[in-house]
Amino acid sequence: MNLRATVTVTLKRSVLDPQGAAVRSGLLSMGYDKVRDVRVGKHLVLELDGCASPEEGSRMVDEMCRRLLANPVIEEYRFEIAEAPSRGGHEC
Amino acid sequence: MKFGIVVFPGSNCDADAYYAVRDGLGVPVEYIWHGTRDVGGFDCIVLPGGFAYGDYLRAGAIARFSPVMDAVLEFAERGGLVLGICNGFQVLLECGLLPGAMLRNDSLQFRCGYVNLKVENAATPFTNALERGRVIRLPIAHGEGNYYADSQTLGNLQAAGRVLFRYCDGEGNVTAEANPNGSLLNIAGICNSRGNVAGMMPHPERAYQRILGSADGLEIFRSVTSFLGGR
Amino acid sequence: MAGEDRAGPEREPTCEQIVGRKLWRGMGLKDFEFERIRGLLGRSPNWTELGMFAVLWSEHCAYKHSRAVLRTLPTSGPGVLVGPGENAGVVDIGDGLAVAFKMESHNHPSAVEPYQGAATGVGGIIRDILAMGARPIALVDPLRFGELSDMKVRRLFAGVVAGIAGYGNCVGIPTVGGEVAFEDCYADNPLCNVMCVGLIERGAIKRGVAAGVGNSVMLVGHLTGRDGIHGATFASEELGEDSESKRPNVQVGDPFYEKLLIEACLEMMSTGRVVGIQDMGAAGITSSCAETAARAGTGIEIDVAKVPLRERRMSPYEIMLSESQERMLVIVERGGEDGVAAVCRKWGLPCSAIGRVTGDGMFRVLDRGAVRAEVPASVLVNEAPVLEPGWEEPAYLAGARSFDHRSVPVPGDMENAFRTVLASPSIASKAWVYRQYDHMVQTNTVVLPGADAAVIRIRNEGGRPEKGLALKADGNGRYCYLDPVTGGRIAVAEAARNVACVGARPLAITDCLNFGNPEKPDVFWQFRGVIEGIREACEALGTPVTGGNVSFYNESRNRAIYPTPIVGMVGLMDDASKATTPGFKAEGDLIVLLGETIDELGGTEYLKRVHGMVAGKPPSIDLRREKALIEVLVEACSSGILGSAHDISDGGLAVALAECCFFGLPGARGADVTIPWVGRADSLLFSETQSRAVVTVRPGMERELADICRSKGVPYTAIGRVGGRRLRIAATGVGVLIDAYTADVERLWLEVIPCLMNG
Repeated sequence: MNLRATVTVTLKRSVLDPQGAAVRSGLLSMGYDKVRDVRVGKHLVLELDGCASPEEGSRMVDEMCRRLLANPVIEEYRFEIAEAPSRGGHEC
Repeated sequence: MKFGIVVFPGSNCDADAYYAVRDGLGVPVEYIWHGTRDVGGFDCIVLPGGFAYGDYLRAGAIARFSPVMDAVLEFAERGGLVLGICNGFQVLLECGLLPGAMLRNDSLQFRCGYVNLKVENAATPFTNALERGRVIRLPIAHGEGNYYADSQTLGNLQAAGRVLFRYCDGEGNVTAEANPNGSLLNIAGICNSRGNVAGMMPHPERAYQRILGSADGLEIFRSVTSFLGGR
Repeated sequence: MAGEDRAGPEREPTCEQIVGRKLWRGMGLKDFEFERIRGLLGRSPNWTELGMFAVLWSEHCAYKHSRAVLRTLPTSGPGVLVGPGENAGVVDIGDGLAVAFKMESHNHPSAVEPYQGAATGVGGIIRDILAMGARPIALVDPLRFGELSDMKVRRLFAGVVAGIAGYGNCVGIPTVGGEVAFEDCYADNPLCNVMCVGLIERGAIKRGVAAGVGNSVMLVGHLTGRDGIHGATFASEELGEDSESKRPNVQVGDPFYEKLLIEACLEMMSTGRVVGIQDMGAAGITSSCAETAARAGTGIEIDVAKVPLRERRMSPYEIMLSESQERMLVIVERGGEDGVAAVCRKWGLPCSAIGRVTGDGMFRVLDRGAVRAEVPASVLVNEAPVLEPGWEEPAYLAGARSFDHRSVPVPGDMENAFRTVLASPSIASKAWVYRQYDHMVQTNTVVLPGADAAVIRIRNEGGRPEKGLALKADGNGRYCYLDPVTGGRIAVAEAARNVACVGARPLAITDCLNFGNPEKPDVFWQFRGVIEGIREACEALGTPVTGGNVSFYNESRNRAIYPTPIVGMVGLMDDASKATTPGFKAEGDLIVLLGETIDELGGTEYLKRVHGMVAGKPPSIDLRREKALIEVLVEACSSGILGSAHDISDGGLAVALAECCFFGLPGARGADVTIPWVGRADSLLFSETQSRAVVTVRPGMERELADICRSKGVPYTAIGRVGGRRLRIAATGVGVLIDAYTADVERLWLEVIPCLMNG
């Protein structure tokens, strides 16, 4: 089966996120005074072909996150896995 | 005695390190292609600065999976000297030879310019030509040099004398104003517990000749040769 | 695989539909141009051919409005190895070495998407230098923005600088200089000009030629996608309300790929099997193929099915017009294809043979063997109409000229006026910009940003003194607005003077000419005037023009930018270790003013910032005096009698002296000067009279400098000594005008831009 994994990597809570802090102060200066916190992260979309099951895909993605996609010293990750939309047809 | 300079796709200070060793130090040096698995014959391996694999994802994250890195890990395991400069330091952090990680500079901008560094430990293979407490002047050029480690790791580094350099002012005072990137404890360079693997964000290879504005960087390479020569 | 899954011609307009619906208009072609194409081809072009004409006949590619005027510029000289018309100019620097250099604009893309616009501008100019066979060794980036009080301008400024840094730092080419000025006229039309310099052995210079019938045409680098289709056409229009929606036209740069491309191309060129090489910039495959064939007088035949694609269902039209970045066209000797492919494999770059050189002069585009476009290459490249636009002196000039600076009140507090000028973002320290650029990689930068010109040493292994290349970009739009001819002269003269201040002989220039809509008579009048001024100065100073770029249509909402020529100057010195810098060196050194100050204030930064006026005639310039000053500076620097040298330009003498203190060594950060003067006090401090410099003399060398000045006829005035911690400027008869702690005014000068940018 073909799967699509959507991975989100962010800095750990305990690590200062200077980018997030800058975005927050920008939003505050624009008048959005309800913004309490901003965390900036990475969003990765992985297309997986020929997996035996969603569980197999999940195991693989978790391993990829630990080994490469996130750095456990500073980052945490989470991901969702779903069946990939069928290909073919018109792509833009 | 021979130095090896690893060339990753996207390394851009490889030639600078090569010239510093060959012309500044007068010691034989060769490039090591990232695809090789053999680092035999080298006494010190330099992981140079640059943007290995574009630094996409995270600085150094993809480079650590290069074939050559397995060989570098073994080389370090056997006690070989490994010096990571800038991007090379980031690679060493990613592959776990050194502890901690790099965050984006707190200014969120790339920073290039001269900084002052206080030598914190002059009893290592990479610093023995310097004196503890001396202030040296080297260039930095990085966007992710904001050193981070948890407090226990930081404590261990300090207790074991594994902090080699800290950013300071011209008089050697380690101050927040002298910190160009937000690094914890103003850390600019560290080594492993055995002392044979070191990483530093500043570029010693850019300061090997007076015409370039400073020759302080040459002392780092001289330390290596005097360590190897006296072994 | 490429070739599958692609849209066929059935979705494209037919020749009848093109004619019936006048579809060329949507591509930026005029009706008479379409008729010209029909006449030259003897038939109507099909959709793909029309697209090819639209980009190659755009102003950006064809120089329709400027070509005739540009022909008046001097382009040859004893050191010029390659002049205009190639990817970059090349000048000889001796010892079998040569320097390739060129400047280009990326203004429109930077206005719409500042980070990527600037980044891809840097990438493109690097590939132009690479196409000459040279290793890129330095970048210089002159920029213009609106006033930083405007939030949108701050966003553009931050984005452009970050884009230049993001790209240049990653490819490992030092960005060693540039200049930035802020004027309201650039608010919607920022200027992002980029200059690259490369080093090459004389015998290894490459050309963009598709020579040798039967040779292979290879495409190296990134896969081709739909990026930036019609980017060249975009650059040839005014920015309008809908420009934001043209964002898809802006390409994304990949500096990592560019770095691999540089190494791979240099390596494949060293094999001796590369016949010609050309960057794929504007109009991608179309322009690179057509131009290489036209230069060689050959034809070229390619099959789009062989082009490796990044996206599916791309039509031949889209493939031909894609402006995907980081691609090069390489013409390879028959039998050398495998060698080139092997080098590309080593560096992990896609590479494919897409066609061959033919003898029939035609540019033929096939799709799986079927002809989809077939036009003479020379018609595409050389037959665009040469226009002769009308010109007329702009109405505003009469008012500006009638200005008499005597009508302006002399400020009561001159020190306050001085602080106002120092705090002008155009005058203030640009460290906020250049500390974001890696200006030291490659370990050749001897004089860092901030000085009059950057100096790059030319490494040699023989232990001989290393030569130095001095690089500088300059151009004052306000001067050109007030008097195009004088402004054009000053752009060249000031760049040459800056290069001379570090001790280098000016060699040659590249120019980037940024103007409004040339179809408007007053804009074209400005253009003609500026070119005349550049021509006069280049002839007088012996610095030919080896190439450059014209950027028209820098206007929006009916408001054009100031006419802004940027001159990129290259100078040479025999010993880079003797490079002179602006900072004072030692307490007690004698400070000498070279040249003569005229009581004039037209067009100055002072007049604008303190009195809020842009008026008057720009500073006077006498090119013979300029040449004499340059000779004095070069001779004095090379004979080692100067401690420091700094040109007097924007902000006048007061700012120049202040900068000498700011850049001074410890103990040499103050000065006490008294200047003989009979005119207005503000003119003494802030006049921008040309052909002047502030120098210090090494102890005991005062006589030598005076002798050199006398022999060249350059006015020499000893005005004071280096020392103390204060900058004190007095005039005979008037008394003390400025007396301030250096550290105090320096802080002001340093913090202006960071404070504005941090809100």
